[in-house]
Amino acid sequence: MSKHTLSVLVEDTPGILARIASLFSRRGFNIDSLAVGVTEHPDISRITIVVNVEDLPLEQVTKQLNKLVNVLKIVELEPDSAVQRELVLAKVRADNETRSQIVEIVQLFRAKTVDVSPEAVTIEATGSGDKLEAMLKMLEPFGIKELVQSGTIAIGRGARSITDRSLRSLERTA
Amino acid sequence: MTEQATGAPKPQPRARTGGQPTIPAPAAPITGAQSLIRSLEEVGADTVFGIPGGAILPAYDPMMDSGKVRHVLVRHEQGAGHAATGYAQATGKVGVCMATSGPGATNLVTPLADAHMDSVPMVAITGQVASRMIGTDGFQEADICGISMPVTKHNFLVRDPDDIPRIIAEAFHIAATGRPGPVVVDIAKDALEGRTVFAWPPTTDLPGYHPVTKPHGKQIREAARLLCEASRPVLYVGGGVLKAGASAELKVLAELTGAPVTTTLMGLGSFPDSHEQHLGMPGMHGAVAAVTALQKSDLIVGLGVRFDDRVTGKLDSFAPHAKVVHADIDPAEIGKNRAADVPIVGDAREVIADLVVALQAEFEGGYAGEEARARYAEWWKLLSRWSEAYPLGYDLPEDGTLAPQQVIQRLGELAPEDSVFAAGVGQHQMWAAHFIDHETPATWLNSGGLGTMGYAVPAALGAKVGQPGRTVWAVDGDGCFQMTNQELVTAAMNGIPIKVAVINNGALGMVRQWQTLFYNQRYSNTNLHAPHGAPPEEPEEGPLSRGTRCPDFVKLAEAMGCVGLRCETPDQLDAVIEKANAINDRPVVVDFIVNEDAMVWPMVAAGTSNDEVMAARGVRPDFSGDD
Repeated sequence: MSKHTLSVLVEDTPGILARIASLFSRRGFNIDSLAVGVTEHPDISRITIVVNVEDLPLEQVTKQLNKLVNVLKIVELEPDSAVQRELVLAKVRADNETRSQIVEIVQLFRAKTVDVSPEAVTIEATGSGDKLEAMLKMLEPFGIKELVQSGTIAIGRGARSITDRSLRSLERTA
Repeated sequence: MTEQATGAPKPQPRARTGGQPTIPAPAAPITGAQSLIRSLEEVGADTVFGIPGGAILPAYDPMMDSGKVRHVLVRHEQGAGHAATGYAQATGKVGVCMATSGPGATNLVTPLADAHMDSVPMVAITGQVASRMIGTDGFQEADICGISMPVTKHNFLVRDPDDIPRIIAEAFHIAATGRPGPVVVDIAKDALEGRTVFAWPPTTDLPGYHPVTKPHGKQIREAARLLCEASRPVLYVGGGVLKAGASAELKVLAELTGAPVTTTLMGLGSFPDSHEQHLGMPGMHGAVAAVTALQKSDLIVGLGVRFDDRVTGKLDSFAPHAKVVHADIDPAEIGKNRAADVPIVGDAREVIADLVVALQAEFEGGYAGEEARARYAEWWKLLSRWSEAYPLGYDLPEDGTLAPQQVIQRLGELAPEDSVFAAGVGQHQMWAAHFIDHETPATWLNSGGLGTMGYAVPAALGAKVGQPGRTVWAVDGDGCFQMTNQELVTAAMNGIPIKVAVINNGALGMVRQWQTLFYNQRYSNTNLHAPHGAPPEEPEEGPLSRGTRCPDFVKLAEAMGCVGLRCETPDQLDAVIEKANAINDRPVVVDFIVNEDAMVWPMVAAGTSNDEVMAARGVRPDFSGDD
């Protein structure tokens, strides 16, 4: 099994997320992470899906996704040629004694302290999954009271845009 | 991008000064419901099978005035769905059914799943509660878009009456093109009641829908080359060839190559059963020659097929020495079950036509033409031996009861030319596949993928509406028949004279066969003729089979406005069938009381390899020396 990151461009229509999620579950694939958002084109949403599958089932799931009428395009982003990011917000137990140590770790990982109270600090960090995992490992001994993590989002390196051709087809039919 | 879209006039601003207006004056406002019926007329839907109800009621008012759309009032929405499927399979057009919200819509789920599995073009129009009620658990509210998502090709929820023409055009386009399938259009009641302006053709907007129909030339040439190099090729042909209307092309390809042909349950009729190159049907109950040809082939050319588990048996031992050319219009089918050496995405008709041209080029280049045919000659020696040693057949019961296979065979033989047969699911379906000669496309309808008991009667009804000039026989079992026979009322009341053969063995026959073979003859809940829990009683007198007598199918048929006939012995058989064939003013039901112990052979037990095919009970074909 290996992790694959799929960028799926979809028409921004009601129910599209349900269509995609239901397709994964009924074909027996697990989604590791999922992130949905708008793109530079108001009618197109971009869904970034990380799946943990072998190559052959991945091909099958890609083909099945392509059959969905509202799916415009699917691109697999290779880790070497793409920037991948996750966002973490973590509420870490802190008192006068430990606060400075926590802030030091935060600086080490180029994260941010976004909220402070007498018993806790809230940390915002972005980065690759590996980096965030390392940071959380360092923070764990202090006590993580609450953790929220976004799905991975990813974009290919270089000047090429994966939305270009899909946009053209949209304009043609508009 | 659709054809409608290409030709669609773009709205133009009205000319400001002088001159003629560039567009006619705006059409008078109409209701969404009127717009729906107009749209159905424009897409060429001539028949709708359905039942009205609260949420869809607005649509039924303008339906009454339509001179182009005939509405057939069914007795259960499942019947409407299967009738639309039967209509579509018999005509090649998109079948249309209509139901109200909630239970009306959920009753369509089985036929939707059925049409989805068998790639039948169908549009189901359902009413939905008013937009502001959606999500409030309103009366007769069901989220049919959510429910039908896994069993449809696509679905739409319409809240704005202005969207109706566009969405109807898109729904029909999606249902009919690429790999066909069912599409649900769920219309909120306020969208049906709201005011709108009708304009046709609408501008369709499907930027993510581009089915590929034209195959890749390189792959075609590679497939042609493999066919020239192969020694033991088989053309494995499925429903995709029927849907593409590629029977003529297939015959040319088969005769050009001289390769054997096997047609799946869904592909029967795409290649004439009587053709000398036809081996029969493959799969779990396939002909020994067809099953074995695939097993021992060195090249399988799959055309419009999906390597379904009923065909392949245990997948990892299926055709172990074969290279695979797999052509299908759905890219997701290629490599799904069996890896393809040469994947071809395209419409079967274009694939086969291109393949013929590529093969002719190979042959003209002097490459392997005669040589290939000589190699095939060796292959044919084996194939002929298997066909001759293990033909399809059956034994007549010694006790003088009717053999179900004989009934079905005579139905086929005595039916007028081009008769359509719709089968239910079970033993009678397999016997109908085997013992009726399937010679032409669109004359064999059945529920292949989903295996829906109760399919036959409503599907036959739909087929008869689409093909009124043809004789349409439903071949049904007594189990299946009890699921949907109320549609005979629909047939009687609407002047749709179908014929139904109930192959009545008093049991859920296929399940009973498995109990006989795999559950030590413990017949748990498969006996339909005796009170539940009672031991099967011995017939009181004579050799007659028991059959299901409650209900009395003859009386039931008569109660529903049909002619009811019964046949219990072989000497009555032809006379009863001829009598049924002669009745054309009313539906006919013939209750054939048949031997309950007849079994479907050949058989590959579920989960085993196709190498384990049994020609008959205890008869394992002898393939020694064939490898």
